[in-house]
Amino acid sequence: MFKGFNFFSTDELLSEEERMVRDTVRQFVTKRYLPLAAAWHNKAEFPLEVIPELAKMGLLGVTIPEKYGASGSSYYIYGLAMQELERGDSGLRSFASVQGSLVMFPIYRYGSEAQKQKWLPQLASGNKIGCFGLTEPDHGSDPGGMRTTPRKTEKGWLLNGSKMWITNATIAHIAVVCAQTDEGIRGFLVETDRKGFSQNEIKGKYSLRASNTGELIFEDCFVPDENRLPEAKGLSAPLSCLNEARYGIAWGATGAAMACYNEALKYAKSRIQFGKPIAAFQLTQHKLVEIASEIVKAQLLNHQLGRLKDAGNAKYYHISMAKRNNVHQALKAARSARTILGANGITDEYQTVRHLLNLESVYTYEGTHDIHTLIVGEYLTGSSAFR
Amino acid sequence: MNIAVCIKQTPDTETRIKLTEAKTVDESDINFILNPYDEFAVEEALKLREKFDGEVTVISLGPDRVNSAIRSALAMGADKAVRIKAENIPTDPNVTAGALATELQKGNYDLIFLGKQAIDDDHAQMPALLGAKLGIPAISVVVKLEVEGDKLTAEREIDGAHEIIECSLPAVIGAQRGLNEPRYASLKGIMKAKKIQINEIDAELSADQLQVVEFNYPPEKSPGKIVGDSADAVPELLRLLHEEAKVI
Repeated sequence: MFKGFNFFSTDELLSEEERMVRDTVRQFVTKRYLPLAAAWHNKAEFPLEVIPELAKMGLLGVTIPEKYGASGSSYYIYGLAMQELERGDSGLRSFASVQGSLVMFPIYRYGSEAQKQKWLPQLASGNKIGCFGLTEPDHGSDPGGMRTTPRKTEKGWLLNGSKMWITNATIAHIAVVCAQTDEGIRGFLVETDRKGFSQNEIKGKYSLRASNTGELIFEDCFVPDENRLPEAKGLSAPLSCLNEARYGIAWGATGAAMACYNEALKYAKSRIQFGKPIAAFQLTQHKLVEIASEIVKAQLLNHQLGRLKDAGNAKYYHISMAKRNNVHQALKAARSARTILGANGITDEYQTVRHLLNLESVYTYEGTHDIHTLIVGEYLTGSSAFR
Repeated sequence: MNIAVCIKQTPDTETRIKLTEAKTVDESDINFILNPYDEFAVEEALKLREKFDGEVTVISLGPDRVNSAIRSALAMGADKAVRIKAENIPTDPNVTAGALATELQKGNYDLIFLGKQAIDDDHAQMPALLGAKLGIPAISVVVKLEVEGDKLTAEREIDGAHEIIECSLPAVIGAQRGLNEPRYASLKGIMKAKKIQINEIDAELSADQLQVVEFNYPPEKSPGKIVGDSADAVPELLRLLHEEAKVI
């Protein structure tokens, strides 16, 4: 079984409880997810059957309090769980990220007590699936210019517009939708069976195939007043949700990198060329050492980020730096590991190319790599390059 | 329903055993886990508790490190835990059975579960030993269990068939793979397990009647033989399988 990567004795940084969570999720991914990962990727389907299992383990809404049916765990534990899920597939981790950080978190943070009572337990148990609508066809990195607008009516709002690249779009029961009102950006809970609300799945993806991605379309879709998230005011609300998800991605990408490293190392030791294992060649060792070094750096970055987050001291720029670095390094690790695997590395007999393709999406979602560069750059220099 | 589950901590199934110069097992690099057959035992106990209410107590014997296997069972959902302190896990199953039986007698349990065997020493004696020491029925290699009132029906695997046995409670059940699908611990379960105090007790162990003289590695396998790489090699392959390997 997968043993993780403990080169710098980073396991010592974990409490017994943290280690147990990590090992339990690891075992679940090894036994339950990985045997079918390639099949789900090839079918281009998110495996709905794993949702109840994720829920039973408490992986939906890891940090949301127990009184709403969720786990009430630490952010550090959330991070470890995301690392292990993405060791399986970025699509699996994306599902948990969206449900927990982009649907349950906004309801918990910005919703009314009635909204929390109504939705959080059902989302934690996996009986309801959620999606998060911020990005639009013409507004990705610049969400402030969004064109989805709600028009006030007597008892609610009429939504018009569309949202694009939405994870869980066509499997969701509820959408957290950001829209531009006269008073600024506001958040709405929109049940997906409302009249005037339709969804289309995006087909033909080469990446995140085992994840559901789609478009949300609103045509005079009526949403009652009680469905507005009362505390969500301005762009800072959706950005705070993205921060939660990006935090998990920094950990998740490290899990994907570990999977690629592990596979490439094993292959390099058993593949014989010129009478010796290719692991004995300097060029192969160089690749493996580069990947291993980046994994250790990412582990240490995640560790400190996790401790900061639990202490309430993780800033957006910390999270941007971690997401930016760890995803970039994971993508590079996947590409390098793929070259070690040679021709075998392009088939679904191996995991690495699946991770490589997935990470291409992760690199530009939840804030593109470039935008995270500019977020950190803005903080360090005091000059914004994009505002 | 008052249920006990006796568990053992064993090396991970993927462990490559290393021997010391004194021909004992080198434990330094071993990752210890809850004996996989005991996971079926814990799961069955939890399912019965969910159906009939009651309490599940985990009992194990061994040094401090055994607590991590106990925590795994608690994280799955067991309510209480006892560790009988011992410097080592005895070689002789009868010694362990004696200490476990003494502890089990205190608990007035309706059912006692354990794995049909531990994957390290593979003695597979514990269910029968406990049944004998406690004077109650013991059924092992159980793949299906129904409990109704003070009776149970157990289905056990025997060579080429399934045997169905009925008995009254209390009884000892040795769990076999297939009895159920053990649950994964939940985050809440793991956090709760951390707060449960393991009751650590001293016990007088009887003397080992078995003694391990030494451990040895299995003999190295001789290299395989390649007869050929085309259909022409089939007759020779058949001849060798028949005359040398004597498998066909």
